[in-house]
Amino acid sequence: MWSFPLFPDQASTLASKVDALYFFLIAISIFFSILIAVLVVGLAIKYRRRSDDEKPPAIHGSLLLELTWTLIPAGIVLVIFVWSAEVYFSAVRVPKNAIEVQAVGKRWMWKIQHMTGKREINELHVPVGVPVKVTLTSEDVIHSFFIPAFRVKKDAVPGRYNTMWFEATKTGKYHLFCAEYCGTKHSGMIGTVYVMEPDAYQAWLGGEQAGASLAGAGEKLFTDLACITCHRGDSGARGPDLAGLFGKPVKLASGETVTADETYLRESIVQPAAKIVEGYQPIMPTFQGLLSEEQLLQLVAYIQGMKAEVKDEAAAPAAGAAAPSTGAR
Amino acid sequence: MSSTHHPAFVHHFENLGEQKEAATFGMWVFIAQEILFFGGLFGAYAVYRNLHPDAFYYGSHHLNIPLGAFNTAVLICSSLTMALGVHAAALGKRTQIVGWLLATVFLGSVFLGIKVVEYKEKFDHHLVPGTSFDASQLHMESIEDPALLAKSQKAAQIYYSLYFAMTGLHALHMIIGIPIILWIAARAWLGQFGPEYHSPVEITGLYWHFVDIVWIFLFPLLYLIPKPH
Amino acid sequence: MQTEVVTTNSEDAAPGNGLDRENYINAKHGIWSWLLTTDHKRIAILYLITITLMFFLGGAFAAGVRLELMTPKGDLVDSDAYNKLFTMHGIVMVFFFLIPSIPAVLGNFLIPIMIGAKDLAFPKINLLSWYIYMAGAAFFMVATLFGGVETGWTFYTPYSTAFSHTNVILAAVGIFISGFSSILTGLNFIVTIHKMRAPGLTWFRMPLFVWAHYATSLIQILGTPVVAVTILMVAVERLLKLGLFDPALGGDPILFQHLFWFYSHPAVYIMILPGMGVMSELITAFTRKRVFGYEFIAISSLAIAVVGFLVWGHHMFVSGQSTYAGMVFSALSFLVAIPSAVKVFNWSATLYKGSVSWESPMMYAIGFIGLFTIGGLTGLFLAAMGLDIHMHDTYFVVAHFHYIMVGGAIFAYLGGIHFWWPKITGRMYPEYWARVAAVLVFAGFNLTFFPQFVVGYLGMPRRYHAYPDEFQVLNVMSTAGASLLGIAYLIPMLYLTWSLFAGKKAPANPWGAKGLEWTIQSPPTTFNFEHQPVVTEEAYAYAEGHDTTHDPAAPPAQAHA
Repeated sequence: MWSFPLFPDQASTLASKVDALYFFLIAISIFFSILIAVLVVGLAIKYRRRSDDEKPPAIHGSLLLELTWTLIPAGIVLVIFVWSAEVYFSAVRVPKNAIEVQAVGKRWMWKIQHMTGKREINELHVPVGVPVKVTLTSEDVIHSFFIPAFRVKKDAVPGRYNTMWFEATKTGKYHLFCAEYCGTKHSGMIGTVYVMEPDAYQAWLGGEQAGASLAGAGEKLFTDLACITCHRGDSGARGPDLAGLFGKPVKLASGETVTADETYLRESIVQPAAKIVEGYQPIMPTFQGLLSEEQLLQLVAYIQGMKAEVKDEAAAPAAGAAAPSTGAR
Repeated sequence: MSSTHHPAFVHHFENLGEQKEAATFGMWVFIAQEILFFGGLFGAYAVYRNLHPDAFYYGSHHLNIPLGAFNTAVLICSSLTMALGVHAAALGKRTQIVGWLLATVFLGSVFLGIKVVEYKEKFDHHLVPGTSFDASQLHMESIEDPALLAKSQKAAQIYYSLYFAMTGLHALHMIIGIPIILWIAARAWLGQFGPEYHSPVEITGLYWHFVDIVWIFLFPLLYLIPKPH
Repeated sequence: MQTEVVTTNSEDAAPGNGLDRENYINAKHGIWSWLLTTDHKRIAILYLITITLMFFLGGAFAAGVRLELMTPKGDLVDSDAYNKLFTMHGIVMVFFFLIPSIPAVLGNFLIPIMIGAKDLAFPKINLLSWYIYMAGAAFFMVATLFGGVETGWTFYTPYSTAFSHTNVILAAVGIFISGFSSILTGLNFIVTIHKMRAPGLTWFRMPLFVWAHYATSLIQILGTPVVAVTILMVAVERLLKLGLFDPALGGDPILFQHLFWFYSHPAVYIMILPGMGVMSELITAFTRKRVFGYEFIAISSLAIAVVGFLVWGHHMFVSGQSTYAGMVFSALSFLVAIPSAVKVFNWSATLYKGSVSWESPMMYAIGFIGLFTIGGLTGLFLAAMGLDIHMHDTYFVVAHFHYIMVGGAIFAYLGGIHFWWPKITGRMYPEYWARVAAVLVFAGFNLTFFPQFVVGYLGMPRRYHAYPDEFQVLNVMSTAGASLLGIAYLIPMLYLTWSLFAGKKAPANPWGAKGLEWTIQSPPTTFNFEHQPVVTEEAYAYAEGHDTTHDPAAPPAQAHA
């Protein structure tokens, strides 16, 4: 009967940080709960009414006490705020060496694709000890990608890419949940995360090669769609050079500067006019409705990998999803 | 207190002065609520104009600026006649109150009539959001970039949704206001207002001025959108 | 400071029970005298009846949810039915019970009396509010009869606008309409409090109940219109497929969340601030002592109302909103904790050297302090961004807001109903059963919701119809607690109804409490006061001659069953 868990598995580098803050807050909560309980119940018993004629003294208040119980909680919440912001930043800053996984939420499943092009549904295989970055989007409503054992969660919002990352520390099987209500089978939109030893992971990854790698598929699309005609990389090109672009700041015609991240690349394919690079004309046609989410992710993965001329695929960030078009429904 | 014997006095107030203060203050609180009510739409407007500047430009281009400007003038005049009506009420001049209030009703009706003409135009041009919405009416061809064109044609529907929501809500406020003014005018005709008691005229005036001011914001925001970049 | 409330009427000086005299209940007869009344007290009764029905309707939906969750598999109802149950539980409890509860019943009844007025400033608008509420409720009931709605009470887009196949429009229109009831009630309170206070009743002599309602009304005026127009946008978008929240058509689904929470977070304070007002009245009455730090409690209500408008983004830490926006919202959310803590400490300090009597309303008050403390402290977990990533949309959140909404708002509501029941009805209830019910509600509540903190940190997401096996034990505990809680809620229904017919007649001031409402007969006359009261002392001036108002003929101890 009492063999149920009270505390979730700690299976990522983030988990211990989150739990440390959690225990600190529990300690604070227990302290103040007991303080208030003892204060209230103790005083209510000590000063219980003994006769109906009692006339308690009029105590108006005390500025000193008011300041005490304003400033001490203020100090405590300040500490919590700084600590929690610190944890938050370590949860959102993706390490440079992270391998990439693409996840697309669709009612009611998670479609996951690895950088090699390998796909899985409601399952996610990752190596232990390696940071993994997940890029999320949705084909329909808002979902949320939640792995309790890793203490990570992020919404998958249609029309935009959100990212999250984790580094598993323990091999095993863990829950993957959808945490944002998405309709009939919301509670069935669950899966399993398998954390494997790197060797086993490599074996699993190489086990059944499902077609070309993500970036490879993206390269083929890049050629088929004749992107190369404009994005040539020489001085006369009509489109900006894409090699080595990813992660760099881009100066726009509007004077703004944006960072060339996944969302920017996706937007530039789907809505090329939204952000025009300085020195170029808005002549690129839109590919909205022509490319599936999956193909978009392949292209983005390929462009991410175009770092200088030589770039081996293993380091090329991956993307993945199997999905119909994002565009016109 | 003589004011407690006035026929309009409501017994639960202390005196007529308190009653008048409560009514005026109540209308101000109501207007605060109205500002937030329109505020949700203004917020959505700000977000979407920022996201889709071209759609908003071309959408607004199709509105009838002369009619909108004329309507603005009509409403400003109606605010003036309303203010004169309140002034007449404070002086207790019965026929003047009724005259100015009727003038206000007339101007308000002119505004609504013109609005109907404008709405009909949009309807005929398939610019009412919904299944029959046809963005090709907006002559966006001058957008060179096909992607921006496609995006703007879709978002034009958002512009028109906001146009109809905001002007429609505004018109609804006028449609509610006009019968109230007529009712107040009738009470004025019966001689219910004088220097001592005329707060219904005053708070109706406050409401009417608020409705006018909303339009003063709506007109430039919806009609007078400059070309982006 | 020495003078009591000055009234020239001898009947007011020793008013006693009014059941055999003329009072607001027997002043007029017939159903229309109730349905067309403009008396704030009668309107409060209309609200009391309707929101009680709504409370049990919402409770029935909750019972369905808890029964389903006894087993990990979705075996009692299918998933669509389950989704409707939790959605309609949320909508009924939030929009049709909690938001009107204390303001529309106790606030309506008491605010004019507490400030020495004959009625609210706009009695007809007050009646209109009730009819608007009823119209909103009717729309919602029609939606329910047509099969209900399953979007979650938050109506997130694009699910609600483009994917749900249920009666979203009807339900949304119902909520839109009922919002205006709340706005008009707030408007009435603000004008009444500003303009109709009795001579001598300065702002800082007002009971804290009135202060709390003033802060609440500000939120109702400034927040409700925004959600009204937002919910309307959802309905229109759904009807006409406009693309306002559809990314494929250039819209932004996250914009909905911003507009929705801009109101709905402050709405949490609409639900809890009036409860805090009740608390201040209960604790002073049952310690016979001035409240500790009056000004700090009064101002902290306003601080909560104002800062409460600036924290809505803490519902979106994992939606992809910018990290820096998240930090600002997190910091401001922590800030709200401070005025709440100030209130708790001041209430606790009020007990010091008091004359504390453990009557049933005081038991609810003590329960409130404990549960609100836990609810508030667990709010810190959720305001902490790094932790919220893990806890967002889990049962931890469900447990947290039930500690505030049930442990806070409903405890205060029940405490207030018991406290003012003699004033409202002129009858005493059986104290023994009231204590039994208070203990059972407290026990049932904790058993229901405490396990949810644990299962939430384990990672069980909310709104789950079926769940992994290892969460079962905690869910069974929760369901057991809910069963107890359900029974405990029924007990007051029975004895309060019984007391209407057979309860002991209540004196004017059964608790020996301060405040203008205890100086008039129970139940009051239609115009509350025979003569305009004049206030010459601060609120809760217990040390200054409480003997004059306390009616020794009926000491509270004799009220036991």
